[in-house]
Amino acid sequence: MDKNLSKYIWKHTRSQQIWILIVVLVSMYTYFLSFDLPKFIVNGPIQGQGFETPGATQTYLKLAPTLPFIGTIDIFPGFDLTRMGALIYLSLFFLLLVIVNGAFKFYINTYKGRLGERMLRRIRFELVDRILRFPPQQFKYVKPAELATMVKDEVEPLGGFIGDAFVQPALLGGQAATALIFIFVQNFWLGMIAAAIVAVQLVIIPKMRKRLLKLGRERQLTARELSGRISEISEGISTIHSHDTSNLERADISARLGRIFKIRYDLYQWKFMVKFLNNFLAQVTPFLFYLIGGYQVISGTLDVGQLVAVIAAYKDLPSPLKDLIDWDQARQEVKIKYLQVYEQFDIDNMMDGKIQALETKPVDPLNHALEAVNLSITDDSGARLLDRMSISVKHGESLAIVGNTGGSGEALTEALARVIRPAGGKIALGPHDLHELPESVTGRRMSYASSDAYLFQGKLRENLLYGLKHAPLQPATERSEASAHKKWEIEEANKSGNVDFDIHADWIDYVAAGATGPHDIVHVILPLLDAVQLSNELVELGLRSRTTASHHPKISEGIVAVRKAFRERLASESLDEVVVPFKSGVYNPEATISENLLFGAATGPLLDSSSLAKDAYFLSVLESSGLTETFYKMGLEIAENVVELFRDLPPDHPFFQNLPFMTSDQLPEYQALLKRAQGKSFSALTEEDRTSVLALTFPYVEPQHRFGVLTPEIMSRIVDMRHAFLRNLPDRLKGSIEPYDPERYNTAASLLDNVLLGRIAHQHSDEGDHIRRIVREVLTEQGLREDVIDMGLAFNAGVGGRRLSAGMRQKVNLARALIKRSDYLILNRPLSALDQQEQRSIAVNLLEWSRNMGYKPAVIAVLSTPSLAALFDKVMVFERGAPVATGPYSKLVEENENFKKLLT
Amino acid sequence: MALKEEVEQLKSVPLFADVSPAKLKLLAFTSDVVSFPAGRVLFNQGDLGDAAYVVLSGEVDVLINAGGEQIKVDTIGANSIVGEIAILCDVVRTATIKTTQPVTALRIRKEHFLKLLAEFPEMTIQIMRVLAERLNHTTSALTEARSQLRKAGQRA
Repeated sequence: MDKNLSKYIWKHTRSQQIWILIVVLVSMYTYFLSFDLPKFIVNGPIQGQGFETPGATQTYLKLAPTLPFIGTIDIFPGFDLTRMGALIYLSLFFLLLVIVNGAFKFYINTYKGRLGERMLRRIRFELVDRILRFPPQQFKYVKPAELATMVKDEVEPLGGFIGDAFVQPALLGGQAATALIFIFVQNFWLGMIAAAIVAVQLVIIPKMRKRLLKLGRERQLTARELSGRISEISEGISTIHSHDTSNLERADISARLGRIFKIRYDLYQWKFMVKFLNNFLAQVTPFLFYLIGGYQVISGTLDVGQLVAVIAAYKDLPSPLKDLIDWDQARQEVKIKYLQVYEQFDIDNMMDGKIQALETKPVDPLNHALEAVNLSITDDSGARLLDRMSISVKHGESLAIVGNTGGSGEALTEALARVIRPAGGKIALGPHDLHELPESVTGRRMSYASSDAYLFQGKLRENLLYGLKHAPLQPATERSEASAHKKWEIEEANKSGNVDFDIHADWIDYVAAGATGPHDIVHVILPLLDAVQLSNELVELGLRSRTTASHHPKISEGIVAVRKAFRERLASESLDEVVVPFKSGVYNPEATISENLLFGAATGPLLDSSSLAKDAYFLSVLESSGLTETFYKMGLEIAENVVELFRDLPPDHPFFQNLPFMTSDQLPEYQALLKRAQGKSFSALTEEDRTSVLALTFPYVEPQHRFGVLTPEIMSRIVDMRHAFLRNLPDRLKGSIEPYDPERYNTAASLLDNVLLGRIAHQHSDEGDHIRRIVREVLTEQGLREDVIDMGLAFNAGVGGRRLSAGMRQKVNLARALIKRSDYLILNRPLSALDQQEQRSIAVNLLEWSRNMGYKPAVIAVLSTPSLAALFDKVMVFERGAPVATGPYSKLVEENENFKKLLT
Repeated sequence: MALKEEVEQLKSVPLFADVSPAKLKLLAFTSDVVSFPAGRVLFNQGDLGDAAYVVLSGEVDVLINAGGEQIKVDTIGANSIVGEIAILCDVVRTATIKTTQPVTALRIRKEHFLKLLAEFPEMTIQIMRVLAERLNHTTSALTEARSQLRKAGQRA
């Protein structure tokens, strides 16, 4: 990037800018012709010059240039045209010029647009590239949202301007100059008048505009101050009352309003002044043209055609001038914006691009000792966190850091993980300085997991494998029609200075994880998930997810067996009545009325409560089943009950969140509706009211809501209606509902619902956990656990992983660090969100896991549970932020008082 | 079991006797009707409590751990409340509750109950009054027991 915007633009778009300038220049010729032509039309066919005798003809399009030394060459003899013919020919030629000019404009504009968009892409990419290379400390000073808006919004106007940067002044200036020259050619004096007026416009208008801008800024500033003062008044109102200063405030506000008034009035004056001047100048010129030109025509020094052409040409003069003035204003604004962005991104100690160079070849394992020599680390305030500390961890050795580290243990691990730069000393990996190594080495051969686990929005699987995606390793398999598009993508990326790494390629380094490809990576993932105790949580997530036969064929095929095994388990534990199954001829009282009616899972918005209530087909079936009045009464009763229960609660009361019938805003509407509906039959209501009442019945579940509106008789009639409803289902609704079928997997329902194929009875809601455990066990017995975990891995972690619990985030973060099996593992209280018991069992699991894998990295870990230090080769005890003792656990536990105290 | 009947039953629980029927209905609506087979433990002594139960039908035993064995101290039938202390303050369960026959109960969640109290102060006052009476009753019973104990001591 260059500090000077114009230089920056010129550097990257020089050849394109020159090309477009040439096109602009060429376009000027036809532009000029379009001015010249009216003169010929008026003087020739219209006024009859050259057609003085009846039947006279003139020759047009004769091409016979006279060249020096060669003489005249007859290329084309031309047409002989009569007066009428000439008029038609010249007019058509004028039309042609209009089209050519338009085509030029079109080409120039699209070319400029593309140029600007490419530059915008380049700038944005460069900015993000810089963010990726910022020294880590920089992120303590910048607000993420600011960086985002700078990249997204603030550079946006640059794109529009860049295309215009050089072309616009050339084009507009050229147009204005063409028109001006044309006028000069016709008549020197008329030219002088036009030039004088142009000069006035170019000099005075921008000056006046500047004043307008300044006033506008002042208006904004004073208005902002005013709003600040008003909020101050309302916040400090008691102070004002207690000091009798309300009139002081009145005076202050009055003075401010006065100032604002003055600014605004000035603004109006100037605005209309500029307008007036502009209009005046535009109008006064034709006046002079008529007067002086007319005089010359009368006195015979100018012909009528010329005068008409001059006036026509002058018409085209003001708009390019105005645009030119606008362009200059845009240039100044964009320049300032660019400079602001540039300064934010122009940072010292930016990482060298080479450190992050793409490396597609595998990086050899390292077996040097990780050594810190005289390491000093300071925090932002300059206070020492570590003072000339030295440690050395050999290949395959493990070191635990425990005790009152006061931030120094964290700082040490952060320095080792290159998250912060040490203030002094050196960290060495054998012969290399750690901070000089490219990220392709440190990012693959070292792992770092801290308590601050950041997950990216996306599937859990993507997050887990994130640490393996260093380079596009396997090109994406694609169809041939896509390759043309891909070629275009690569070309465009190169033209904008972007990288052309294919995001759709397979970036996962399976080999580093100990697998060979996408098919067996799961065998690497599963033991690790078990070790960090994520599997059961993933199964739970899987149970709540939906899937299809193409994604998980085993689940889809095995569901019938699972349902059978599940019912058997329920029977054996006498829990039969806890889960009430969906049966086609029976009303399921634990499910909602609409679930009973549709007898399936709704897949689209066509069948949600409010749409169903006004669906013509539903209403017709309801009517033919003779249930319209019944539903209407139920709806009214539900409305009465809900209104009675909830009317005294404030609208934001949490109880409303669990109310399926209406939102708190709708409550007053229903209250009014009840009054309207009093004593009225269903048909007497408006269509809207009818829909509102019917919609209330759908979410109703008798054992849950207990308003006593649903009798066994109504239930059996709803079952009858179910059959009628599904029998003649119109085509438009067929795709919106997937019926419950004991023999088939239901893709619109969650896996849990699929296994239950029913509802947990509300009076046994206590058994929910128990039932879910049975479901988990049954799925495992049926050999589907892997697939359910796979479904869980498809769960979206949410922004920053916020859809997961803190503990789960940390577990995923730790697994992500472990899966790449690096040579150095740096841990900073990686599981602090878990209780000690769970931390211990995960630590033991992981030891077992690494033994099974034959994986023995060097480990440096800051522990939040000191007793876990027994699992490490060496222990370093910190006291008040400084190391006080180092040695094997067995020795320290005997000799070191601090350590003994920590363990108790 | 419809809300109306639950409200009637809640009314006969002394703690809620003075609370208006409309509020009791809301209390019932925000609670769940749960059923238990015979021999099921509702909660154990020492657990953290998150709900109280109003027995709607059936009977439960109140058991207290003493010296490693459970002693039955009371049997509670329909229209009585158990575990109400847990929804008023953060204490562990002081007894174990076990069903002796199939039981239906209204489970009042602490969270919901406290939100209701926060919303309707008049309800809080009614409940406070009942609790104060109970405290008064307990205090006088304690005083009497103490004086009897002292008398017994003097006699000995």
